[in-house]
Amino acid sequence: MFENLQYVGRTTLRVFENLGHGSIFLFRTLAGLWEPIKRPSLLIQQLYSVGVLSFLLILVSGLFVGMVLGLQGYYILSDFGAEQTLGVMVAASLVRELGPVVSALLFAGRAGSSLTAEIGLMKATEQLSGMEMMAVDPIGRIIAPRFLAGFLSMPLLTAIFSMIGVLGGYFVGVGLLGIDEGAFWSQMQTTLDFWDDIVNGVIKSLVFGFVVTWIAVFQGYDAVPTAEGVSRATTRSVVYSAFAILGLDFVLTALMFGDV
Amino acid sequence: MQQSKTIATMVGLFVTAGLIALFFLAMQVSNLSSFQGNESYIIKARFENVGGLKVRSPVSVAGVRIGRVKVITFDKEAYEAIVDMSIESRYDTLPTDTTASIFTSGLLGEQYVGLEPGGDEEFLGEGDFLELTQSALVLEEMIGRFLFKKAEGSGDN
Repeated sequence: MFENLQYVGRTTLRVFENLGHGSIFLFRTLAGLWEPIKRPSLLIQQLYSVGVLSFLLILVSGLFVGMVLGLQGYYILSDFGAEQTLGVMVAASLVRELGPVVSALLFAGRAGSSLTAEIGLMKATEQLSGMEMMAVDPIGRIIAPRFLAGFLSMPLLTAIFSMIGVLGGYFVGVGLLGIDEGAFWSQMQTTLDFWDDIVNGVIKSLVFGFVVTWIAVFQGYDAVPTAEGVSRATTRSVVYSAFAILGLDFVLTALMFGDV
Repeated sequence: MQQSKTIATMVGLFVTAGLIALFFLAMQVSNLSSFQGNESYIIKARFENVGGLKVRSPVSVAGVRIGRVKVITFDKEAYEAIVDMSIESRYDTLPTDTTASIFTSGLLGEQYVGLEPGGDEEFLGEGDFLELTQSALVLEEMIGRFLFKKAEGSGDN
C-alpha cells in the first residue's frame, strides 16, 4: 500500500522533472539558434537528412491517402447524388486535418526517431562531452541546427503532402470515376478559404514541427547513454510525438474552426 | 566538396517543391485567386428573413457572380436583417431600382443573393440601399403553408 503510494508520487515527480528539463533544454536550444544562422552549412546538412530524406515517404503516402479519400468519398457521396462535391471533401479533409496530422506522424517516425537515435548515440559514445571538452557548445552545434531544420521542413512537407493528396483525389475522382473536372475544382475553390483553411493548416504544421522536433532532440539529449537507453529514448520519442500531435490537433482545431 | 554541393542542390529542390506546393494550395485549391486586387463598393439591402445566407455568399446578376456578402447585421428597430454586399467596381451600372432576392442554388445548395436590374437611369453608388427585396424561402414555412392549405381544402369537401 505504502509502496504503491510512493510509486505514484515518484512517477509524478519524475514527469514534472522531465517537463522542467525539457523546457530548460528548449530555451537553451532557442538561445543556441544563432549558431546555425551564422553557419548555414550546418543547417543545410540537417535540412537534407531531415527534409529531403522524408520527401519520398511523404510523397507516396500523400498520393495514396488522397486516392483512398477520392475512392471512399465517391462511394459515400454518390449515395446522395453529390459526387460533384468530391473535390471539396478531399481538399478540405487534407488541408485542414489529414495533411498536417499524417505528415507529422510520418515525420515523427521517419525523421524524429532518427534524430533521437543519432543524438542519443552521440551521447553514448561521449561525442557530446568531447565537444564540451573542446569548448564547442553541443547545443548550438548539434541540437540547434537539427531543431531548426525540423521546424522549417514540417510546413514544406505538409504542403507537399496536401498537394499530392489533392492530385491523387483528382486522379481517382476525375480520371477513374469520371466526375466532371470543372465541378471538382470550382466547388473546391468556392468552399475552401485561403486564410481559414490553407493558412490554418500551415500554422498547424508549424506547431507540429516545433513540438515533434523538440521531443525528438530532447529525448536524444536526455537518453541514458547505453544501447538500451538509446533504444528506449527512440521509442519514447515516437510515442510522445504521436500523443502530442493528436492532442494538440484537437486543441488547434477547436481554436481555429470551433466558432465558425 | 562535391558531396556538400549535391546536398545543397537537393535541399534547394526540396524547398522549391515545398514552396510550389504552398503556391498550388493557395491558388488552385483555395479561393485566393478570385480575390486578387479587386476594387469594390458596398451596397446594402434590408431583408425580412435571410434564411441560410452567410458572410461571403455570392452575389450574382444573371447567374454571374459580381460580388460577395460582406456583413449581415440585425436592425433592432425594424426587426429586419441588413445585408452589406461588396460589388466589384467594374460592375458600377446597377440601376437604383434593382431588386435583390435570396435564392438557393439547387435543391440543397448554398444560398446566394440574386440581383435583378430595373430600368432606372441612375446607378447605385457606395452605401446605397436597395429598396426592393425578396426574402429567402424557408423550406419549413413553405411545407407548413402547403399542408395548411391542403387541410383547409379537404375540410371543404
